Amino acid sequence: MIEVRNLKKTYHLKSGDVTALDGVSLSIEDGSVYGVIGYSPDEGTITMGEYRDIEIRAGQPYYQGRRMDTRLQNEMRRGIGMIFQHFNLLERSTVFDNIAYPLKYTGRSREEIRARVLELLELVDLQDKIDVFPSQLSGGQKQRVAIARALAANPKILLSDEATSALDPDATESILNLLKDLNRKLGITIVIITHEMAVIKTIADRVAVMENGRIAEEGSVYDVFSDPKAEITKKFINSSSPLGKIERMIAEDSGFTQLKPGEKLVKLIFQKESVGEPVLTVAAQRFGVTLNIILANVEYLHGNPFGGTIGVLSGRPEDLDAAIRFLKDSHVRVEVLKDGSLD
Amino acid sequence: MEAWIKEIAPNLYTYRSKFFTACSATVEMFWKAGLIAFVIGLFFGILLVVTKKGGIRQNPVVYQLTNLVINIFRSIPFIILLIFLIPLTRAMVGTAIGVKGAILPLVFGTVPFYSRQVEVALSGVEEGKIEAARSMGSGTCGLIFRVYLHEALPDLIRVTTVTAISLIGLTTMAGAVGAGGIGSFAINYGQNQNHQDIVNVCVIVLLVVTFVLQSLGNSLAKRTTNRSLFQIRHNK
Repeated sequence: MIEVRNLKKTYHLKSGDVTALDGVSLSIEDGSVYGVIGYSPDEGTITMGEYRDIEIRAGQPYYQGRRMDTRLQNEMRRGIGMIFQHFNLLERSTVFDNIAYPLKYTGRSREEIRARVLELLELVDLQDKIDVFPSQLSGGQKQRVAIARALAANPKILLSDEATSALDPDATESILNLLKDLNRKLGITIVIITHEMAVIKTIADRVAVMENGRIAEEGSVYDVFSDPKAEITKKFINSSSPLGKIERMIAEDSGFTQLKPGEKLVKLIFQKESVGEPVLTVAAQRFGVTLNIILANVEYLHGNPFGGTIGVLSGRPEDLDAAIRFLKDSHVRVEVLKDGSLD
Repeated sequence: MEAWIKEIAPNLYTYRSKFFTACSATVEMFWKAGLIAFVIGLFFGILLVVTKKGGIRQNPVVYQLTNLVINIFRSIPFIILLIFLIPLTRAMVGTAIGVKGAILPLVFGTVPFYSRQVEVALSGVEEGKIEAARSMGSGTCGLIFRVYLHEALPDLIRVTTVTAISLIGLTTMAGAVGAGGIGSFAINYGQNQNHQDIVNVCVIVLLVVTFVLQSLGNSLAKRTTNRSLFQIRHNK
């Protein structure tokens, strides 16, 4: 269990003080994958960077139930593996030597180190690259080497600091799959810091959404995604979901969003319970309304479908209201984006 | 061969034994001063990088002091430094003349320049590599030897080459304190006695040495970029 309580960090710059962290508290379950997402590239990084390089002035960090001090800090570092956006491999060392880096000068014998490196290479599926230098590897392969290196000393926690931000989509997916795999196989706790919603969706169990040095929203990924509360979360979701396009369409007054009186532009978000039910058809038949679909998207998150439809609902005013009430009762979240009668 | 030399450089042939003595004096000054300056310069270069703001062992006092001393010695022209240091040289090595007396000023003339060069070379190591190594539990020594020096090797070779070549230039001035060497040979036996052939040959010798050093440095730097010089293969 990782617990951070009321962590603060202020940078003293010439232009004034910048509060990067303003009382952050987090609990991360052992063996889980925890995502921290923020627009400001630093927020997440600082959160976890601070966690490793803790300054005890303002916050009250605890590690394995013990209050933090310098001695604990060193112990902690060894228990945490870290991977980075730019891999940070030693360019002049082979894959073998890079992975062996944390093992050398620790009293381990040469054979022991070799055996461990081979084991790690198998784990990240790079056995044939053992004698290769990083400059001959692709970005995804470099990150694999970095992961193997981070795992070399058997840490309990793996920190991923924007680890997929410099990778192409294919490599990103393969790295995320690898991390997921490691989480399952080794039971290692993974903390992912990112600005990409897609990364959180793919891999995290829980997520903390950061804004202005505070946690704006925290919860299981499914809950946060299917029912975002904070503005910033909605922004993140819109940026990664096709449904987010509607806002621009409305702003540009696209032909699809121009309504006649008696029409409503609605966003229907399906919850776990409602996906799979033909609620739209039922509503259309029962209340004599029609839905002209403009955008639709359903994805799967941890095996649960989630997504929605945006469309123009038309019919007589009282039928529209009845239909909307029916949909709400059927666990569909209905948001009226634009009302034709008000134009 | 001998006849050929006699024909194209008659004066050099006359003074050939003096010429060889001069060459060996230059060689002696070069490697002795070079070796000492290499060690001290490397030390101060590392010190600068480690103690600078945001360095791995930030220490403004040590940094500013080192910085100041280096700047002072860098701004004194070598020929002035040579005579300025005479009392110190005499106190430290017993004499201020000859090859022996030239080593100390040569070291003083080279170290500040080399320290700066080392500082630049080491500053080229990405911060992220330092951060990564630190996250794997490396301390100050580990970071210096296993990351900074290791990763910056090609650049260190380059700056060492540049410094070595400039050191050769400095040794030619050491004649001012009677250290001999190619420089004073060219002046005393060439220029002063109006023997142009001697001057020409001295120039050619220095050119050749410079060329050899530079290409040696270049090829070593190239062979260490993105790989290690000696590689142990682990794949059977």
